[in-house]
Amino acid sequence: MFHVQLCPMTAPSETNPPAPPPPAASKLRWTRKHLLGLEALSVDELRLVLDQADGFKEVSTRSVKKVPALRGRVVVNAFWEPSTRTRTSFELAAQRLSADVIDFSEKGSSVSKGETLIDTARNIEAMGIDAIVVRHPAAGAAELLSRTVKCSVINAGDGAHEHPTQGLLDAYTMRERFGRIAGLKVAIVGDIANSRVARSNLWILTKLGAEVILVGPPTLCSKTFEKLAPGVTVTHDFDSVIGQCDVINMLRVQFERIKTSQFPSVREFTRLYGLTWDRFQRCKKDVFIMHPGPMNRGIEIQSEIADGPQSGILTQVTNGLAVRMAVLYLVTSVG
Amino acid sequence: MRRQYDADDIRQVIESLADKVAAAFPQDQPLGIIGIRTRGEVLAERFAKMLAGRGMSQLERGVLDITLYRDDLSEVGPKPLVRPTDIHFDLGGMPVLLIDDVLFTGRSVRAALSALGDFGRPGVIRLLVLVDRGGRELPIQADYVGFTVNDVPHDSRVNVKLSETDGADEVTVEPAPSPVLGRGRG
Repeated sequence: MFHVQLCPMTAPSETNPPAPPPPAASKLRWTRKHLLGLEALSVDELRLVLDQADGFKEVSTRSVKKVPALRGRVVVNAFWEPSTRTRTSFELAAQRLSADVIDFSEKGSSVSKGETLIDTARNIEAMGIDAIVVRHPAAGAAELLSRTVKCSVINAGDGAHEHPTQGLLDAYTMRERFGRIAGLKVAIVGDIANSRVARSNLWILTKLGAEVILVGPPTLCSKTFEKLAPGVTVTHDFDSVIGQCDVINMLRVQFERIKTSQFPSVREFTRLYGLTWDRFQRCKKDVFIMHPGPMNRGIEIQSEIADGPQSGILTQVTNGLAVRMAVLYLVTSVG
Repeated sequence: MRRQYDADDIRQVIESLADKVAAAFPQDQPLGIIGIRTRGEVLAERFAKMLAGRGMSQLERGVLDITLYRDDLSEVGPKPLVRPTDIHFDLGGMPVLLIDDVLFTGRSVRAALSALGDFGRPGVIRLLVLVDRGGRELPIQADYVGFTVNDVPHDSRVNVKLSETDGADEVTVEPAPSPVLGRGRG
């Protein structure tokens, strides 16, 4: 039972005061205490996080993979939904910055006794922590928390709203591969309607000048997505765009969120929207294949492609660590 | 702002420092030259070339970003941009020449020593600075000093400008720095 006020899917208002008009990008100072989504971030702020992640990526290549930047700080992972990659990544990121990390997940906690999200968070906060990393099935949960607690809040996925660090790490990985984001054609394929990854990707990629093509069945990929940002197109015909894309980001089929007949049969989905070997042959020669994980091998993506030389899937995981170190470093610096 | 030293002064003092360093380390033994970002990195590049010209054949070069090791990071406030450290050789047992532009409070050097410790255990670390402006807050001294500037008030700023990053070589003294820029320097 979650007592969470639902926020509009696409337009949460940030609780931070608006950032002062950015001067030159190099002089920009980070002013956000929370990272709730990428929709509200300016182009300069997005670039700042990506540039900052460069500095942190190097730390993980050292023999001592730890820096004292957040020594004495406490970061709490509060996950009201299952997660392996994101939770572990945030935990390791915090540890590499020398912060102490407490893991708090729904199972075995008082949440199962009926405590509200806010009560739980306030109680965790009362133990003297500096940042909460929160994942929750309700859109707007992170924003709601940020209004009630004094520490930093980092959204690690709220319903179908946003998953900002995933959007950042995807953009970082594309920038690393191509040296730029502006001008790239990026297809995001699958269950767009239920995907927070798609939304966070859409915001950062369009702001940084990429073209985003959303691909999926009409029930899961509405034409109205084109109104969200300039540079977004929607198609229900994967094959019509496959030869033009520089990047293909395959979303996971979220069986746990599919409760209605919006979703075609799994076999039909694979036939129309799966990245099969046959489709892969028709891609650009230097196409870059991405997937936020966990993969349903053989459903949205064929194993040989996921494990092949053009796959960036494991690089995404490596870069996720650097991006999350950068985010923790930035948000905890704002009082 | 007043100019303290010009390009000629800087060229001469760097030549003389290079002579001293070349005399202190054996030519046929490895020496790691590590500059602290940003001006220390530029100076390290120059010294590497000059020491190679003086017959030192086994030079390794590196760049250290000390941001994450600063002792004022836990204070709330805007954080400086973290950039990568580039040290791609084994520091273990090796003599290291650490280079920075200005030695002031000693806190930057303290941070640099902590950072170096995470890359290995150098045999010795020697410190070279272009300007020692006094005002130490930690018991840290340089082994090689270009200019010593004694009469600068604590809240003034000593700027080293180098042609590679600033268009020309000069050392200037600037009164009343902005509080953000002034913090943690040295």
